[in-house]
Amino acid sequence: MIGAACAHYASRAGLHVTVVDRGPVAGGTTGAGEGNLLVSDKEPGPELRLALLSTRLWTELAAESPPDIEYERKGGLVVASTEAELTALRALAAEQRRAGVTAADVPADRLADHEPHLAPDLTGGCHYPQDAQVQPALAAAHLLRAAVGTGRLSLRLGEEVTAVLTEKGGAVRGVRTAKGEIRAPHVVNATGAWGGRLARMAGVELPIRPRRGFVLVTEPLPRLVRHKVYSAEYVADVASGSAALQTSAVVEGTQAGPVLIGASRERVGFDRALSVEALRRLASQATRLFPALARARALRAYAGFRPYLPDHLPAIGPDPRVPGLLHACGHEGAGIGLAPATGLLITGFLTEAEPPLDPSPFAPERFAREPAPP
Amino acid sequence: MPSPGDPYDVAVLGAGPAGLAAAVTAAEQGLTVALLDAAQQPGGQYYRHPAPAARATRPDALHHDWRVFAGLRERLDAAEGVTRLYGHHVWSMTREAPGSPWSLHALTGEGDDDDASAPGTGTTVQARAMLLATGSHERHLPFPGWTLPGVVSAGGAQAMLKSGLALPGTRVVVAGSGPLLLAAATSLAAAGADVPEVIEASGYLGYARHPAALAANPGKLTEAARHGAALLRHRVRPRTRSAVTEAHGADRVEAVTVSRLGRDWRPVPGSERRVACDALAVGHGLVPRTELATTLGCATRRAADGTYALELGPLQETSLRGLWAAGETSGVGGAQAALVEGELAALAITARLTGRRPAPARRLRALRRRRDHLRAFADAMAAAHAPGPGWTRWLGDDTEVCRCEEVTAARVREAVADYGARDPRSVKLLTRAGMGWCQGRVCGTAVACLAAAAPDATPAPPDRRLLATPVPLGTLASLTPADPPPAAPDDPSEGHPS
Ligand SMILES: Cc1cc2nc3c(=O)[nH]c(=O)nc-3n(C[C@H](O)[C@H](O)[C@H](O)COP(=O)(O)OP(=O)(O)OC[C@H]3O[C@@H](n4cnc5c(N)ncnc54)[C@H](O)[C@@H]3O)c2cc1C
Ligand SMILES: Cc1cc2nc3c(=O)[nH]c(=O)nc-3n(C[C@H](O)[C@H](O)[C@H](O)COP(=O)(O)OP(=O)(O)OC[C@H]3O[C@@H](n4cnc5c(N)ncnc54)[C@H](O)[C@@H]3O)c2cc1C
Repeated sequence: MIGAACAHYASRAGLHVTVVDRGPVAGGTTGAGEGNLLVSDKEPGPELRLALLSTRLWTELAAESPPDIEYERKGGLVVASTEAELTALRALAAEQRRAGVTAADVPADRLADHEPHLAPDLTGGCHYPQDAQVQPALAAAHLLRAAVGTGRLSLRLGEEVTAVLTEKGGAVRGVRTAKGEIRAPHVVNATGAWGGRLARMAGVELPIRPRRGFVLVTEPLPRLVRHKVYSAEYVADVASGSAALQTSAVVEGTQAGPVLIGASRERVGFDRALSVEALRRLASQATRLFPALARARALRAYAGFRPYLPDHLPAIGPDPRVPGLLHACGHEGAGIGLAPATGLLITGFLTEAEPPLDPSPFAPERFAREPAPP
Repeated sequence: MPSPGDPYDVAVLGAGPAGLAAAVTAAEQGLTVALLDAAQQPGGQYYRHPAPAARATRPDALHHDWRVFAGLRERLDAAEGVTRLYGHHVWSMTREAPGSPWSLHALTGEGDDDDASAPGTGTTVQARAMLLATGSHERHLPFPGWTLPGVVSAGGAQAMLKSGLALPGTRVVVAGSGPLLLAAATSLAAAGADVPEVIEASGYLGYARHPAALAANPGKLTEAARHGAALLRHRVRPRTRSAVTEAHGADRVEAVTVSRLGRDWRPVPGSERRVACDALAVGHGLVPRTELATTLGCATRRAADGTYALELGPLQETSLRGLWAAGETSGVGGAQAALVEGELAALAITARLTGRRPAPARRLRALRRRRDHLRAFADAMAAAHAPGPGWTRWLGDDTEVCRCEEVTAARVREAVADYGARDPRSVKLLTRAGMGWCQGRVCGTAVACLAAAAPDATPAPPDRRLLATPVPLGTLASLTPADPPPAAPDDPSEGHPS
């Protein structure tokens, strides 16, 4: 998704772009996650600023793209089960409003207006109308297709990058793949969870690691869930500094009928084996919020690997250590949502345009400054 | 039975020929065995028979070696230490770490349709060693009209006859490729159907290139001869290098178009002829059902017919230590191979668990030799019946490839040509093909072949399905919680959604 967004904005700005991927379109994490475009889960700060810009850009992209990308601004509903959770949620929402998020408090007795099938014993919630969604694989494919249409993009699939080529002075001059060399004065590293490996090919460290997530997909159901619904439990956990933090699974219905429940979070490397415990948690969270889901059958489950950096912010921008190399990776659980803003920022760097927001928190070299771990 | 809470010595998943032979052998060697199958009775695909309540007088009518099954069942009943867990549909196989016991998570009830709080119950079976004998499912190659009522799968027709004794029609064309066609045609004719034609896409000549495999398997030749003789009796002559390339009919199939095929299975223009019928049984071989193992990263090998089977050591062990496989999971090879492999695997498991040598050496040697011969024959068959790449030519643009999600061939082709799909997974993401109820078991081969049309396509990897069967969320939610994962206090975003 990130590579597609970068290619889209760059080719639109008049640049000639080659997208290289060792697999098909959306064969990485983009095809193994979900497409929540959330502002509701973000605390005020650089990531929220990126998300708010993206929210605007997604609306534009959706207007230009065919309906196939399944963009829908359905809104999010975060719900609390205890008074403590509700207090924490209200406090977060108040801060988010100051940062530009639209958020409306919903008292317990109005929850059913938004979601008629919610469990009756919840204490209240918050409605976030800006939360939206897109089908990530289709979005990436359509953005690339539109860029191919400009005549300035060539797409090379099934071709793995094995080396980053540099000049004597250290500046980038292209990449090598199994099929030959591709010359370019700029190389954008949008290899997601594999971003550390590509950085190493250019001789720099980027401490990206994979974080596994599972998603559960039910059989098609009549419309049961209208918004993106998730529990405020995690907000309370963060506020209390609790060590045993857990995931709040987002429950949502889709146009095609299945309900999606995702996603878990574990640091287990690139291990695809099923974690029954992860599925148990997803299912119990979903049935806690929507008791009627207990009888719905999960048809499938899938796993993906979120690319994450130690401070949970992506790396976006030029790498001062290797002239011509830019990074656009490490978006963790929000890469679909943050893709357009990332693409616009990268294009701004390539064309030396004024950045749409302060990019310094995303500087790729920020980890090199820290003392090495003992 | 192990004492409550203790794992079984071995869990055998699948009570077909392979699983039955393994369970009986392991129990006779003194192991505690859990034998699981989704069906309510043992037998698997080959020894499928009517439920006892149906009071069929001669379940052996369609089984030439019913005696073998009856013998196994007797030994199973006599054996101590086998816990029969029928009606157990396993949705996942896991283990915490290499060396720790296997857990099989199974659904045991269908649940109460009127009671939302009773989504069906689950259970977990643990064992020190694991034998996967889950058999196969059929391979489908779609064609225009394949979704019409009256079009059934060849194996499905066999299964119907074996369990319910019902015929799919009165005038049944049998088509596709592989030895199951002859078996299905023979059973259909014996049950009273008129079988005007048996249409085989390959040339059969492929066998002739493997004389050694044939010579070593006289049993297989008599089997073929038996089918051949039976078909002659019913005046059915198989036609080779031909395929049903379209089925016609308004509410149900009324006729089929048969085309001759060129070398790579491309239909020869102008060779079409129409054959009237009221049913069509079509099959293109079998696909090993290995997802419970591939999901754990178990190594596979690609058979000559393009399907993936588990890669095994000389004594049936997979690349995951402690996991053995027998029968079709190790490659489609028929019931005889399944019996031999099941026995061999059980002996190997006994040796591993007891620390004794896999005795008696003579029996082991004989089993291995027989297994090798049968496998060689199976490989020759797989090569002979491998679908030629030209078969996709008989797909019309508007032919539905994925019937669950109603995705046409044109949409799959567009995803490949214009949107960068290169394998079944990316086709699925871009078109929804394979996202429906069957989870790609029906459309998987067709989608893989269409995706392979791209010049830079990579071969489709083996199927991975984290859930082998649908599981109610309520069942998942009521599993016993595992120990909490290690806390990560340094990680402020740990709890965020999505
Ligand atoms: C379960 C789960 C749920 C999620 N839910 C959401 C959500 O709701 N909302 C959201 O915004 N985000 C979500 N995410 C996160 C999101 O999916 C990711 O942040 C995003 O997909 C990252 O996109 P990417 O383009 O950086 O990476 P990828 O999609 O992984 O793309 C990287 C590409 O680089 C290619 N590549 C790697 N190395 C090489 C090489 N050497 N040569 C050539 N090609 C190479 C790969 O083949 C791959 O296609 C979720 C993630 C998971 C796992
Ligand atoms: C539809 C069909 C019809 C066939 N008809 C014939 C025929 O007429 N003649 C012939 O020679 N060969 C036939 N075959 C081939 C035949 O299956 C094999 O030759 C033989 O049965 C292989 O034995 P097996 O033990 O490996 O597998 P099977 O006999 O297929 O047994 C596998 C068993 O595993 C069980 N199982 C699978 N997955 C699970 C799970 N997740 N949880 C619980 N249980 C599970 C199944 O219920 C099944 O009982 C047919 C195959 C199919 C698919």
